[in-house]
Amino acid sequence: MAAPPSIEAPRTNIGGPRRRSPRSKGNFELNSWLFMRGSGLLLLVLVLGHLFVNLMTGEGVHQIDFAFVAGKWANPFWQFWDLALLWLAELHGTNGLRTIINDYSSKPTNRFALKALLYFSALVVLILGTLVIFTFDPCIDPSSTLSVCSAK
Amino acid sequence: MASSVAGTLYRGREGMWTWVLHRITGVAIFFFLFAHVIDTAMVRVSPHAYNSAVDTYKNPVVGVLELGLVAAVLYHGLNGVRIILVDFWEKGPRYQRQMTYGVAVLFVVLFVPFAIRHLSIVFGG
Repeated sequence: MAAPPSIEAPRTNIGGPRRRSPRSKGNFELNSWLFMRGSGLLLLVLVLGHLFVNLMTGEGVHQIDFAFVAGKWANPFWQFWDLALLWLAELHGTNGLRTIINDYSSKPTNRFALKALLYFSALVVLILGTLVIFTFDPCIDPSSTLSVCSAK
Repeated sequence: MASSVAGTLYRGREGMWTWVLHRITGVAIFFFLFAHVIDTAMVRVSPHAYNSAVDTYKNPVVGVLELGLVAAVLYHGLNGVRIILVDFWEKGPRYQRQMTYGVAVLFVVLFVPFAIRHLSIVFGG
């Protein structure tokens, strides 16, 4: 008779015992686990809509230029669509990479350096992206032929 | 030892490989997002700066790479739904293996029309 399926004990204490902060982390890991699932569902709609409108409609990738972006962001609907996409995707991706760093980087100094770099890049992407969406000026080009700019 | 490996429910099977692919596609999408926010930020510099940045996407080689990006996004999203069903649907764990084939079918249904349309746009001028 075949041996019953067995699951071996996971590897423990790679690189020595884990350091835990003395204070409880509360429900952070549970909340981030839930966030990955909730944001994942929203991102499915936001990303597929983004890809469909930009790449499948009209002339696809050839239609994308400054005027195309100006046309989309003239509508608050697309501003908030892109804002939600930016924040959810960046936070979902940052938390995913945090998990991967926790899994594969066992030396405390490496972990700290990788996470510091990760959080710094997330901050740059979130601040830059948010500013770009809300400070966008379609008339930045003085010779613009866009109708919103000649009306002034 | 050999029998315990042969009897493993997870290692070397659908559950493990979908997990590996989920991580790889997730990391790839994360790095693309970083580049994509920076290329889009060129709209704050000048129309010319943005148009020359986005012209990169119209290059045929990058057009094919973009197909790979969309494949990664579709896989990651569809497999993510499978993970949610395993976690929250009472019968999810029992059908996790069958659901990988559901993911594969949905992937083909969504990806093939996209690929045909996108490649004809990229190479059709």
